[in-house]
Amino acid sequence: MPDLSQFLTNQLPTLVVAVIGVPVVIGLYIVGLEFLVRRLPDAVQPRARPWIWVGPALVFVTVFLVIPLISTIWISLQDKHGTAFVGLSNYLAVLSDPAVLLTIRNNLYWLVLYTFFTLLFGVMMAVLADRVPYETPVKSLIFMPMAISFVAMSVIWKFMYSYQPPGATQTGTLNFLLTSLLHIDPITWIQDQRFNNFALIAVAIWGWVGFAMVILSAALKGIPGDLLEAARVDGAGEITIFRRVIFPLLMPTVTVVATTLIIFALKAFDIVYVMTAGNFDTNILAVKMYQEYFVSADPGRSGAIAVILLVAVIPVLVFNLRQFRAQEARR
Amino acid sequence: MSVMAQERIEAPAWSARWLADRLGGVALHVAVIGLTIAWMVPTLGLFVSSFRHLTDISNTGWWTALSPPFNFTVENYSKVLAQNNLGTSFLNSIMITIPATIIPAALAAFAAYAFSWMKFWGRDILFLALVGLLAVPLQLTFIPVLKMFNSVGLSGTFLGIWLAHTGYGLPFAIYLLANFFRSLPTDLFESAEMDGASTLTVFFRIVLPLSVPAIASLVIFQFLWIWNDFLVALIYLGGTPPVAPMTVTVANLVNSLGSGYHLLTAAAFLSMIVPLIVFFSLQRFFVRGILAGSVKG
Amino acid sequence: MAVLALLSLLSVACAPGQTTGGGGSTAGGKLGGTVNVLAVWSANEQDSFLAMIKPFEDQSGVKVNYESTRDINATLTTRLQAGNPPELAGIPGPGQMFDFAKAGQLKPLDNVLDMSAMSQQYAPDWVKLGQYNGKTYSIFIKTALKGLVWYNPKTFAAKGYTVPKTWADLTALQTKMKADGTAPWCIALESGTASGWPGSDWVKEIVLSQAGPTVYDSWWAGKQKWTSPEIKAAWTTWGGIVGTPGLVYGGPQFMVSTAFADGANPMYANPPKCLMHNQGSFMSDIITKANAGVTLGTDLSFFPLPDVDSKNAGAHVVAGDLFGMFKDTPQARALIKYLTTPAAQSIWVKRGGAISPNKQVALSDYPDATSKLIAEQLVGAKIARFDAGDLMPAAMSAQYFKDVLDFVQNPGKLDSILAASDAVQATAYK
Repeated sequence: MPDLSQFLTNQLPTLVVAVIGVPVVIGLYIVGLEFLVRRLPDAVQPRARPWIWVGPALVFVTVFLVIPLISTIWISLQDKHGTAFVGLSNYLAVLSDPAVLLTIRNNLYWLVLYTFFTLLFGVMMAVLADRVPYETPVKSLIFMPMAISFVAMSVIWKFMYSYQPPGATQTGTLNFLLTSLLHIDPITWIQDQRFNNFALIAVAIWGWVGFAMVILSAALKGIPGDLLEAARVDGAGEITIFRRVIFPLLMPTVTVVATTLIIFALKAFDIVYVMTAGNFDTNILAVKMYQEYFVSADPGRSGAIAVILLVAVIPVLVFNLRQFRAQEARR
Repeated sequence: MSVMAQERIEAPAWSARWLADRLGGVALHVAVIGLTIAWMVPTLGLFVSSFRHLTDISNTGWWTALSPPFNFTVENYSKVLAQNNLGTSFLNSIMITIPATIIPAALAAFAAYAFSWMKFWGRDILFLALVGLLAVPLQLTFIPVLKMFNSVGLSGTFLGIWLAHTGYGLPFAIYLLANFFRSLPTDLFESAEMDGASTLTVFFRIVLPLSVPAIASLVIFQFLWIWNDFLVALIYLGGTPPVAPMTVTVANLVNSLGSGYHLLTAAAFLSMIVPLIVFFSLQRFFVRGILAGSVKG
Repeated sequence: MAVLALLSLLSVACAPGQTTGGGGSTAGGKLGGTVNVLAVWSANEQDSFLAMIKPFEDQSGVKVNYESTRDINATLTTRLQAGNPPELAGIPGPGQMFDFAKAGQLKPLDNVLDMSAMSQQYAPDWVKLGQYNGKTYSIFIKTALKGLVWYNPKTFAAKGYTVPKTWADLTALQTKMKADGTAPWCIALESGTASGWPGSDWVKEIVLSQAGPTVYDSWWAGKQKWTSPEIKAAWTTWGGIVGTPGLVYGGPQFMVSTAFADGANPMYANPPKCLMHNQGSFMSDIITKANAGVTLGTDLSFFPLPDVDSKNAGAHVVAGDLFGMFKDTPQARALIKYLTTPAAQSIWVKRGGAISPNKQVALSDYPDATSKLIAEQLVGAKIARFDAGDLMPAAMSAQYFKDVLDFVQNPGKLDSILAASDAVQATAYK
């Protein structure tokens, strides 16, 4: 095994240093700086301390996300070759382009359907699986799609959606069921404009329910058992317990999962890029952004689309702020 | 859980509630098993296909393989395993994923603690800005970040990709952990403060142990996303054999004309093994009652 | 303390990184050093390329770091803009090559290659296609011939069909086939992000042999409108096939939903569901792999797609893989020079799947009779034109592929489809 010997001499030391060194460095950082902060005058301490705790994270997101974002905004105000300042004309061009308007419609489908169903199935599986003795196998099976890489994702759904003309042997699961059970003509799920957006969203839902389920399940396990016990002793039915006890306590986590899903719906990329490349009226903002940059070589328009995508997130953030403040007030 | 269930007051036999409970029990199992089976079908199709010949895959549905005559093969697996550099790239994936999971998880825990239990100027706005950064499409960060990496000599290094994954992973990690930290009961912190516990003690002795399920779920997802990442690795690390992770090597099973895609079926299962091990080993942290016990104690 | 630990970590983590090109010569007169190469070839193509450069590595002592990516456009653009391109890279087509050369990202090769040897060994057209503004910026490593109609000679013999020589023969044959109860054609257009390209091959072949090379050249150069009568006529001619029920197996639904690599499989169903498949020279390999028991020569053969207008007889659309130099190092110079030699190119030719643009690669190097025949066709083509889609700017060819998908689903919308292409044409060439 040349691979292994190379790994043992070359990379294993790095990995060991990393696995031991990284936590040591991080630990030393927080302990060391906390030590320093405690030497500060009492009045200054509470003002200095938070920045030590959030500092490293802020540095990272600034370097990797904020600076590129600012440069994108700057680029979006310039022409195709980055030579002249053109103001908002890229935004006007993008927003009057029927192809972009179509992506906005499709993103709305994604936003509503993907978020709703992923959350619905996620809550269902987290809450229901909690009550059956075979919780772990069930959760593992629902989680499994998350572990499949996108490269394999397109192959999986080929087996589900593939189309053969009427009369030929169907090789796709769904069309096999349609023709053999319902005796109707097969459908080109990915190409037929009546179904394809929903077929793509279904793939995303299938892949992401595991995400919602795992996080909600973690929150569910945090609900004190004696609360549920007390409610049961009081004679409350399971549905009442869910509505009155579980759901309110789960609400902040539902908000987190919903917010994450909404944002992922807005920046969805892989499934559409791999399965249709945006053809057949399935294009979405992130794919369009990518095409404007790498196919049309127009960074200005690409940047404008990215900024539109980010502006669309603001209402979600405002909702989060309200939740956040309300939670704070309840303390 | 089961002890609690036995303590419940049983409704008298054949009363309306008794009946509803029984039916509810059946409906529960039907719903759970039904949904699970529906969820399994695509994966099952992939699994069955991974043991079929290319000519069978392209001419008949995967379910036909489940009835005689059986015509299974392990050829797809042996071809994937015989792929050059598969061992190296597996180890590279480990090299990339482990530190790139630890760093953001640790830094996110610090930041989330400050965001949920410290008061400071601009806190809410900063927090929201962080959540908003979740929406930044990674594709638009590649060129500026790669430029910076080139100027400081980080491109093509493992350190570079650990840092990049940390930057990309932090918004979600902080958002998730802050939510869980915030839901811890206030009296815990008040009593700790009265006992004169330092900030560090509160963090390491109270916040972290009580948030184990949340941290476990964060680690699962961060690990998974990096393990399955293709683009970030290709851009910052490059796809040459000494550094390429599994995803990049597996993608090379298919040639530029698309032939060889059937090998991806086997490759998908092989590359799923590690994330599933992580999932199973962290599954035991998803237990009820960590919090309940500590409040009483 | 923490800083110190971080520094030590940094040095270790940086160690196993990518080696950069360059480096001096080593002992023994060998060049030594490394060269990074980026291209689309993966799987068996990657093996062939690596086999091709093996003798070079042995002779020069240069280590070649080969990296493959399907999305070469995005990877290359990103690395170019960030300032760390590979020394050598495959370029998707001449259209992109023009852009890279225009931006000064490609290094001219006139002083790198032995141009007099090049002009002796390569057909002048192949040399010219690698040029921009009179300077050589790229070379062809392998080529392919398009417009080959693949068929099963056994079925043809059993049904008494003869290979058509003219477009009229072809139309008569397809009418006969349809009357006999089998769809004459199989067409499959799905190909991931490039879906539609197999149909674009049809259209460009028809443009070339119907309207002629002059129209073809001004069309890809953006000087001939899509709505012009000549281009529209080519679409209409193709529409005569794809828009006529019963001429294409499965109709538009099958065409748009079937992966191009699976396109010829119905030809080998029992009984056959279609009888002819128009695709490039690389298709024989795909067909024989996906259909057990199909042997090239006995169960699979080809005839050139007949020319629509006999005045353009012998017209062929060709394609090829371009290579360019983005960073000038001695190692990169040595490798690109080596790649043009007949010795290098015959290696891939012998392994199958490639036709060499170098005239000195012997016909006897081709692994079978069919590929030998294809190589002969390519060399002997009277009117050879490079793939128009590859010559267009990326945005134009993306629109072209999309047009194909829209057209087969809705041939009646041809005018609005072509008008949309005109709109893209107006901006894409700037």
